[in-house]
This record gives sequence, C-alpha cells and structure tokens, in this order.
Amino acid sequence: MRFRFARIFLAIAVAFFPACRGGRSQTDLTLAGSTSIQPFADKWAEVFMEKHPGLGVNVQGGGSSTGIQACKSGACQIGMSSRELKGDEKDLFEIVVARDGLAIIVHPTNPVRGVKLAEVKQIFSGDLRSWKLLGGKDRAITVVTREEGSGTRGAFQELVMGKTRIFRGAITEDSNGTVREIIAQDPCAVGFISLGLVNEQVRSLDLDGAAANDENILNGRYKLVRPFLFVSLGEPAGLAKEFVDFVLSAEGQALVKKEGLLPIK
Amino acid sequence: MAKKTKERGKNRLERNDRLVRLALLVVAFSAVSVLLVITVFIVQQGTPIMFKYGLKSFLAGGNWYPSEKVFGLWPMIVGSLFVTAGALVIGIPFGLACAIVLTEFSSKKVRRVIKPVIELLAGIPSVVYGFMGVIILVPFIRQTFGGPGLSVLAASIVLGIMILPTIISISVDSLQAVPPSYREGSIALGATRWQTVKMVLFPAARSGIIASIILGMGRAVGETMATIMIAGNAAEIPRSLLAPVRTLTSNIALEMSYATGEHREALFATGVILFIIIMVLNTVANATSSRRRRQP
Repeated sequence: MRFRFARIFLAIAVAFFPACRGGRSQTDLTLAGSTSIQPFADKWAEVFMEKHPGLGVNVQGGGSSTGIQACKSGACQIGMSSRELKGDEKDLFEIVVARDGLAIIVHPTNPVRGVKLAEVKQIFSGDLRSWKLLGGKDRAITVVTREEGSGTRGAFQELVMGKTRIFRGAITEDSNGTVREIIAQDPCAVGFISLGLVNEQVRSLDLDGAAANDENILNGRYKLVRPFLFVSLGEPAGLAKEFVDFVLSAEGQALVKKEGLLPIK
Repeated sequence: MAKKTKERGKNRLERNDRLVRLALLVVAFSAVSVLLVITVFIVQQGTPIMFKYGLKSFLAGGNWYPSEKVFGLWPMIVGSLFVTAGALVIGIPFGLACAIVLTEFSSKKVRRVIKPVIELLAGIPSVVYGFMGVIILVPFIRQTFGGPGLSVLAASIVLGIMILPTIISISVDSLQAVPPSYREGSIALGATRWQTVKMVLFPAARSGIIASIILGMGRAVGETMATIMIAGNAAEIPRSLLAPVRTLTSNIALEMSYATGEHREALFATGVILFIIIMVLNTVANATSSRRRRQP
C-alpha cells in the first residue's frame, strides 16, 4: 500500500519533470516585444541561426510596451517596439530596423477610393459617421480599431489622431487579423492594419491622393509610416550586435522586403 | 506469536489509514488554498489603483482610455449586465419549456435520449460557439437588421444558447424531485396536466429552478471567448440592441496581452469587480438551493 502511494507520487514527479526542463533548448539571445515585428524577427532569427549553427535566438511576443520593459529590466537583450519610444523609455538605445506602412482598409466593394488624413481623424473620433459625406453610399460607418496598449493603435494614435481620442463606440479587436476579417465581411467597415498584411479580402484607401504602396512611402507621399525599432540598454554588444548588424545588412533588409515590410533605406 | 503478528498487521493498517487521511486532507485543502491564493492576488493587485483614482470615478466613469490614465469601468459593468440580461431573456423561456416537456410531456425513452444530448451542449468549447456566431449569426444580424452585426443581440443569443444546458438539467432535476403524490393529487382533483405544471409542480420546484437560472447567469457573466468574438467590444454603453458592447471579462482578455503598469492593475481591478459579482451570484444560488433541500 505504502509503496503503491510512493510509486504514484514518483510517477507524477517524473511526469512533471520534463515539463520543467522542456523549454531549455539553448538560448543565447532573446528578443521580446511587438507582435507586429515578431513574425519578421522570427525570419531573421531563423536565417541568422542557419548561418551560425549552435547559436540559439529566441523571439518572444508580448507587445511593444512589454518588450521595452523586458529590455529595461534585462529580461531580454533586444526589445522590439512598433511605436516610438516615449517618456522615460527614451534613455534606451534605439535602432530602426524596418518601416511599416499603416493602411486604412475598407471592404473591396466600397465605392470610396481615397480620403484625406483629416477625414480619417474625423472618422475615428466619431465626428464623421456616414459614408455619404465621403462620396459613398448613405450608410453608417462601422469603425474598427485595436485595443488599448497595442503598438498598431499607438502608432495610429500618434500619426493620425494626435491628442484626439478614438471614440468609445468603435469596435475593438485584439489583432490585425481579426480587424481584417471583420472588414472583409462588413461592407461599411473601416479599420487600420499593417500595410504588409493587406490582402485581396480588403482594399486600402488612398490617403491625400497617394495610394498605399512602397513607392509612395519611399518618396514620402504616403504619410502613415511607423518605424520598427530594436531597443537595448546601451549600444548592443557581442551577439546582440552581430544580430543587429545582420538585420541591417543587405541580406537582412532583403528579407524584410520579401515579407512585405519596407527596408530602412 | 500469531497474536503478535496480527497486532502488527493492525498497527500497519491504522498507520496506512492515517497516511491516506492526511494525504486526502492535503489534496482537499490544496483546492481551497488555490482559491485563497487567487483571491488574495487579485485583490492585492487590483484594489490599490481603485482607491488611487477614487472608487467613484473607477466604477462610475464612462471613459476607458488606459493610455491616458483614464479608467472608467461603468460601460463594461453595464455591458456585462445587458448581455447577461439578454442571455436570460433567451435562455429562460427556452430552457424552462424544454425542462417541462422533458419531465411532464414526454416518454421516458425520449427523455433518455434528449437529456444527455442537452448536457453534451455544455461540453462544447465556447470558442466554437463564438466561431459559429461570427460566421453565421453576425452576418445574419447585419444583413437583416443593419448595424455592424457584432452586437448586444448577437452576444445575447449565443450566451442564451450556452446557458441552456445549465438551466435545463438543473430544472429537470428539481422538477423530477417533486414527490409523485403532489402530481397525483393534482390530477385526482381534476386539474389538467398544464394546470398541474403551472400550479403545483412549478411552485414546488421553484427554488431549484431559481438556482438553475442563477447558475446560468453566472456562466453568462463569466463567459469570455465567445463574447470577445461576437460582441464587438466597444467600450461604450450600447444605445441599442444592435450596438457593440464590451463586458468585464472581454475587457480583461482583450487588453491583457499588452497591458503594463497601471493599465495592468486596472485590468486586475476589473477582475475584482467581476469576482464580487460572481461571488454574490453563487452565494444567492447556494442560499436558494439549500432552502430547497430543507423543504420537503
């Protein structure tokens, strides 16, 4: 009887033991932060590890704010932020590793082709409620935004809204994918997502007469561009420096372009 | 010699007995202590910020802009109440009707098939309900009634369906627990079956039925995944059934991934409010169902 109990406890202990060690594949460099950058960082890490066998690069999400905090506390060597640093975050060392356009997207059947930046602001502040005023059908605009704390929302707030609040009645979703999905279903909806994630389900609006594409971003005519940042405590050194150098190299930047982002130059 | 062996065997048995009792006690208390740890943790994380910004502005404030340090939970509290009330409006009539049919107006064979099937409904993960809602219900509402589709109405319908198994199975149990003599007496007095249900069985099973409704309500208040997917999550008090709404649970789940500092604490505070609501509901449910047990 006694032994049977001992055996059961042992079995449980053994069952949990691997769980304790499961995550311990070798990690030499940890990146954490923006979920907008994460998929691209994963790509960089993958290629980087191919070139340096035996090294482990671990990429984690969590969001821009979390990444910046983790970097400050030393929990990761490189933090990823898809918004500009603010306030007391500014003492971190920052490197722009790529740029991303923000696209204002609508349903493909929406007759409205383009808007002005000021109109986008009015739409999201709740002052402009009907498509008719923009040359569309006489239907109410369904505004879709991201949740508080999201880097994409932070960038949109900064680039478009300024001090004005996004109005309370806006539908709120917690990922680029969900926003795109809702707009793909609703002919009256409008929202914003990363330019790289726009697909055939939705259509991006021209902004102040400039179509949302790489060319217009590079020549500065399309205004909604946010930087993707790597941040670190002081200038990166050692492996972190090697990784950053790789990301900024022609090869790293080519990867960026292939995945739908904009290179820094 | 033989006696001594027997004695030793008895001692061993006693010792094993104590050992098992101790082990069971530890396991039993670990469940309670988990609840305790969760309670302490949530309260400790969530209450300081409530008092820092003032309980009144926290509970009654209409604006939720954590990035500007504006924390007003009122729209979410009202949102939770609206959605839950909507779920009950849909869940109660269907649930009770189903319970009555199953106990009074169907054969044993039918009951034996239908009841387990209904209880199976409770086992479907909420994300599946949410997904069905997004794919079928939301476009339907948008095309038929207008608005964005993601709405109080959609959330109420889906939650109403989700609480059906709770309401039905507990109501069926309490209707079946009514002594057969009540039913027989009523029929003997010349009442029809519907009159019997309405005037004898329902009052006799009342506390059990109320408990079933309160437990269903608890499920509706606590549901997260399905509501996030179909309610639209606008942090504003909905002006109509077709407007989007955010519940307390959605508020936490929607924003927790990126929340830091005071924003995070405010989400814990949301959890405290939710915790209090659920506690009150459960206490009321326990009180009514214990009254049922005391009554014959």
